[in-house]
Amino acid sequence: MNSDYAIESRGLSKHFGTLKAVSELDLKVPRGQIYGFLGPNGSGKSTTIRMLCGLLTPTEGSATVLGTEIPGNSKLLKPKIGYMTQKFSLFGDMTVYENLQFIAEIYSYRRSGRTARIDELLEKYDLTAQTKQLAGTMSGGQKQRLALACSVLHHPELLLLDEPTSAVDPQSRRDFWANLFRLAEAGTTILVSTHYMDEAERCHRLAILDRGVKVADGTPQDLQSNTGMHIIEVTADDPYHAQEALDHADHIASVTQLGMRLRVLIPETVGDPVQVVTRLLEPHNVQADVRQTTASLEDVFVAVTMGPEEHAV
Amino acid sequence: MKSLSRLLAITKKEVRQLRRDRLTFGMIVGIPVIQMLLFGYAINTDVRNLRTAVADQASTHLSRQFVAELRETQVVDIVEFVDSPATLDERLRTGDISVGVVIPADFDRRVIDPDRPAVHLLVDGSDPTIANIAIQLRNMPIRFDTSTAPSRATNIEVRPNYNPERRTPVNIIPGLMGIILTLTMMLFTAVAIVRERERGNLELLINTPVSSAELMVGKVLPYIVIGMIQLALILVVGDVLFQVPMRGSVLDLYLASGAFIAANLALGLVISTVARTQFQAMQMTFFVLMPSILLSGFVFPFDGMPKFAQYLGEILPVTHYIRLTRGIMLREAALIELYPELIALGIFTLIAMTLAALRFTKRLD
Repeated sequence: MNSDYAIESRGLSKHFGTLKAVSELDLKVPRGQIYGFLGPNGSGKSTTIRMLCGLLTPTEGSATVLGTEIPGNSKLLKPKIGYMTQKFSLFGDMTVYENLQFIAEIYSYRRSGRTARIDELLEKYDLTAQTKQLAGTMSGGQKQRLALACSVLHHPELLLLDEPTSAVDPQSRRDFWANLFRLAEAGTTILVSTHYMDEAERCHRLAILDRGVKVADGTPQDLQSNTGMHIIEVTADDPYHAQEALDHADHIASVTQLGMRLRVLIPETVGDPVQVVTRLLEPHNVQADVRQTTASLEDVFVAVTMGPEEHAV
Repeated sequence: MKSLSRLLAITKKEVRQLRRDRLTFGMIVGIPVIQMLLFGYAINTDVRNLRTAVADQASTHLSRQFVAELRETQVVDIVEFVDSPATLDERLRTGDISVGVVIPADFDRRVIDPDRPAVHLLVDGSDPTIANIAIQLRNMPIRFDTSTAPSRATNIEVRPNYNPERRTPVNIIPGLMGIILTLTMMLFTAVAIVRERERGNLELLINTPVSSAELMVGKVLPYIVIGMIQLALILVVGDVLFQVPMRGSVLDLYLASGAFIAANLALGLVISTVARTQFQAMQMTFFVLMPSILLSGFVFPFDGMPKFAQYLGEILPVTHYIRLTRGIMLREAALIELYPELIALGIFTLIAMTLAALRFTKRLD
């Protein structure tokens, strides 16, 4: 049963009425890695995570999580996984210490080691000063550190994190990811959903979800080198007019404005993409610097979530 | 062993949160005391001083004597003498009076004629209590010191066995205990679980090794204690302010209350598995509370209700509890003599618990 994968899903689907929240998802999450779920809101990230920990029953398909079959007896799974909900779900009217104590009791953490474990977590997650503070009165970053501390208290093999950083500032996010790497190094498998590109880039592997369908997966590097697109960067004095000239033109898959620059995606099948763009801009009298560049994860995301009907040829 | 410690962890957490929730804590004490004061002082089924007008068309010595006797009953308060029955009708319609007395011109002859009524009473039938009382007035014997007076008044003496002074609080408070416990126990449990669902705590809890049963029992335990505290409070207030007797055994009363509290907590759990928001939980609680007040025999005599309403009443735990409390507190009955009511409560609890356990799954769908 001890496979190299912490999670393996086969055709996992979840329908709510006519809405297909998740469709035939095949996943392989290697042990000891940070695996990212990247996708916009409503792409099925939370639903998938909830199916994997037994909170939702799949409509079709199945998964093996840490050797336990889903759907099946998820009771065996509970002590082995840590789950951090999207919304803060600890008790706001209890102190930081009381929350940790409660979690320790619920997971039947051995009594002799309880206090030491709680102190260790308070230290590690920088909550020592908040020990006696009511959890509900803390800042977003502090709440998130407490939630992470609670979800790892019982040393889970697998950590499922549902958009853990959506309510915190950039510094807290950086610290949070430092903690995740530390956990992964110690052997914990981490599945984390996000809609931040920079976070997705930090994952060992990631899957991009769009409307319940997995549209791409692999390491961030793999994904970036296999977009199927030329990435053209256009720097113009008047990016608005440049965009007007390029939007919906032949061969142009997508145009995204980033300040004074435009990211233009052109299918790989088109030859000499720089020339294509330059020619399109000429009649509009737009002064621009056009050059080819390498794909960022955002470009990958745009390329794979465009949908087949939007692919210009 | 692990299971018990998880259950206790839930209970400990619940007590901790309860201690910090001032509003709920206030309700635990406030609801029983305020309800007792309200109902104890406000509800009075002894009807006195009904506003009455008299149209005395006879105006004889005998008719004046009759009016004087009527006044002495204290049931009516004669506020006006009018000249015609038509004026009485008008006064009734406008609500100025509740009872109109018509004394016909041939009153003296009617009194000795058994076939013709001596007096007509016009009654405001829109208020059922007034109508009932006025109908009792009909039986008022017209005894006059003339030898011609017939002895047609059949005097039935009623001896209210367990409440000789006929004080309303004595009847009301044992029933009120049931209503107060129904409201608080059901509401507290339902809200306690729904609140965790609303706040997202439940999603966290059901992902831990804690089982549904541990979670439910652990959450409900503190409320059993709270119910017992409320009961003590009601008994003390009832004794001090309203001198409600406690004729039976206090232990019996507590045992009966334990069974009743269990039934209500179970019902609260069922509600919590259906309601998605605290507001819905509140609405459902009142859905049960209304029939509990009206169909349990608390307000209306149970035997007087139509059969269908009686069947509905039998389903409600409070119906059985009111029988138990009235029996133990007022009639000095032993709990064992009232065992059918206990069995009914037990069956209710069992069914509600099963339903709650079946509906409460550790899943979100």
